[in-house]
Amino acid sequence: MLLQIHEPGQTPLPHEGHKSAAVGIDLGTTNSVVAVSEAGKADVLRDEHGRGLIPSVVCYAEDGSAIVGEDARRALLDRPDAVVSSIKRLMGRGPEEVKALAGALPYQLDTKTEGMVRLVVGGRSLSPVEISADILRAVKARAEASLGHAVTRAVVTVPAYFDDGARTATRDAARLAGLEVLRLVAEPTAAALAYGLDSGAEGLYAVFDLGGGTFDISLLHLEKGVFQVRATGGDAALGGDDIDHRVAEHFLAERARALGGAHPTQAEVKQVLAAARLAKECLSAQLRGEWVIELGSTMSRHPFDRAALEQIAEPFVARTVALTKAVLADAAVAPSEVKGVVLVGGSTRMPIVRRAVAALFGREPLADINPEEVVAVGAALQAEALTSGSDTLLLDVTPLSLGVETMGGIVETLIPRNTPIPVAMAQEFTTWQDGQDAMLIHVVQGEREMVDLCRSLARFALAGIPPMVAGAARIRVAFQVDADGLLTVSAREATTGIEQRVEVKPSYGLTEDEMAAMLRASLEHGEEDMLARLLAEARVEAERTLLAVRAALTADSDLLSSGERAAIESAMERVAAQLPGSDRDAIAAAAAALEEATQVFAERRMDRGIKGALAGVSVDRLEAGLAGKSEAG
Amino acid sequence: MMMAEAVENGALLVCWSCRGPVAAREPFCATCGAVQPPGAADPFARLGLAPNFEIDRAALDRRYFDLQRRLHPDRFATKSPRERALSQRQAAALNEAYETLNDPLARAASLLRLAGREAVFEGQGTIADPALLMEAMEMREALEAASTAVEAHAVASRAEADVIAARGALAEAFAGNDLDGAERLAMRLRYLTKLAEEARLRLRELA
Repeated sequence: MLLQIHEPGQTPLPHEGHKSAAVGIDLGTTNSVVAVSEAGKADVLRDEHGRGLIPSVVCYAEDGSAIVGEDARRALLDRPDAVVSSIKRLMGRGPEEVKALAGALPYQLDTKTEGMVRLVVGGRSLSPVEISADILRAVKARAEASLGHAVTRAVVTVPAYFDDGARTATRDAARLAGLEVLRLVAEPTAAALAYGLDSGAEGLYAVFDLGGGTFDISLLHLEKGVFQVRATGGDAALGGDDIDHRVAEHFLAERARALGGAHPTQAEVKQVLAAARLAKECLSAQLRGEWVIELGSTMSRHPFDRAALEQIAEPFVARTVALTKAVLADAAVAPSEVKGVVLVGGSTRMPIVRRAVAALFGREPLADINPEEVVAVGAALQAEALTSGSDTLLLDVTPLSLGVETMGGIVETLIPRNTPIPVAMAQEFTTWQDGQDAMLIHVVQGEREMVDLCRSLARFALAGIPPMVAGAARIRVAFQVDADGLLTVSAREATTGIEQRVEVKPSYGLTEDEMAAMLRASLEHGEEDMLARLLAEARVEAERTLLAVRAALTADSDLLSSGERAAIESAMERVAAQLPGSDRDAIAAAAAALEEATQVFAERRMDRGIKGALAGVSVDRLEAGLAGKSEAG
Repeated sequence: MMMAEAVENGALLVCWSCRGPVAAREPFCATCGAVQPPGAADPFARLGLAPNFEIDRAALDRRYFDLQRRLHPDRFATKSPRERALSQRQAAALNEAYETLNDPLARAASLLRLAGREAVFEGQGTIADPALLMEAMEMREALEAASTAVEAHAVASRAEADVIAARGALAEAFAGNDLDGAERLAMRLRYLTKLAEEARLRLRELA
């Protein structure tokens, strides 16, 4: 061995050893869960009372500090104005969309801002990204307390049906909380991973995921460690919350009848909602009960039973069944072909949901792993697979079609839904007026042919198109979706070869500038983190160069004189000597010097390779010539 | 220049990492193991399958999973940004090839393109074949006239049965190396697929 680059346990890769195991986080509408996996075994990280669920509820204290979890939920009674829950429903959404919901939701919107929606909480204006970041900070703290070391990297799950805006918002929230997102994984896919690895299942499986705020249905093909999503569908605004609201409306109506019709305040609505949720949860195990709501000096009693709850829940359950049928149709699969159905999400504890799923698939669904923890378990398994290597493979798809608006408000789809990711597609468009020098590109996501029925993701202008007659310009719009399901769009005019870098501004997200400013403001060690990352990247790159040269020496060292070889080896030693240091520039310079020192060696290797290849080609040509002759004759 | 000739041949490329020779289309450098750019390849070549219309789906899945196991970005999470970017391009190229081979129409178009028949799917929306034109007009009229779910269902079922029949005929044409027939049938299949889709949409609206 020529060089010993690092001692065991001091791997100079960006992701350093077991001291910072990556965690899996299920950032839920109602609850969040964090888990960690070691040697293929995942554990949910619990508090001192053994609770794995962290309520996704934030209470803002007078000084602006955030309290998250059970304590925040309790504060709902004393300081309802300072408490936010179900913030996930607003991720990546615009003010117009939220206004439609706000009548039913206990949020106070900040009407003074544009772009991404903001809430007024405890007198401060906050975006859903910042509020979610506060939840993630608490989740991170839970993990660090439990593991006894810093946690900086995570796999974070998102509903499969989350669009690009909501995914971006989730990733940004994690960055604000000081977490590097190794991968955004779809919740049903994570759940399938937890189940499949546990049971060695093979064949077609459905994951039915009804959470607090979102519904996902995914159809997966499992085969020897491969988890291939065949089709996915759902509704990013359908969940247990909707049932809670209907039950709360029912309780409020009863109170109004009993106590006279005073208009409830927002604080009262929040408390009645909490009672409604409790009633719903109790009625999964019990058949009936009575709930007492005490607001200020007024008290009301509400007897409520499972039959009444199921009557309220029925339309929502019917919608999940309809969406499930649509996904089966998309994949051209009959319910009987599905070998198993996995239940995920707290709302699948409701008996009416289990009955509906069993009736649709003609089999009892699986729920052996706690449906509220299974997603975090799968995320933890994937976090370990990404950092420690693994044979399992998650192949996910785009949940919604992606396209651009063309003339007349028609949507031209570039990437249809259920396309495996990562994916890259491009299409050419043209100008429609003589001399047109700019083109507005409107990127949309959704399943309708008309632009006003789709969600707007971004708008940008491609300027500087040279003057041409209408229809002569060729504007190539390229879409790229990475393995996280995040979209990048670029455009260029092809006839003149003029390439335009375009910045895509998310319609309802944060711009890079806003994000950078927030990172600076919120992270105590933002600058340090960034420098640490750059250093880590320089090390990975230098180490990659070292490995490449070493491999080349092993294969072709006979091309070098002993003096030449010694020169290369000393350049390698200089790189190795810099690697453990923290001078990023010195590491990069040593690596560049090594590349320089191997220049002649590389040329000789290519020459030898080409001679071998030409010999191969001429034999092929000879054979082709002979074959041609015999055919002709 | 020997080097330029061999590189032009497409037989040999320079590995970006160890700068030694690497065979074109090989996803990894045999010497240093670095992932390479995907390069251009038809979908059959990309998945290492013979260019036939009839395809063994299980074999296709196996090849696809084997390659994704090595090329998917999840395998490169701890690698350098450049290797991560290359793996994303490789995985995207592989997904595109897989989707093409999984779809009979795209597969047929790809085979015809390999046979030098570029024009098949160019003139979008125009039908040159008079028999297909007649048929298309009749089916479209029937779809437009459908005002109940039952009527739409009848059109949709007929279109779907026609799609299956057209696929069978297309397979026969390719098997018999009848490229003119395959071209005509591919056009027909394309039209029928579109119609079947519209009929399903119409059915959903009416249901």
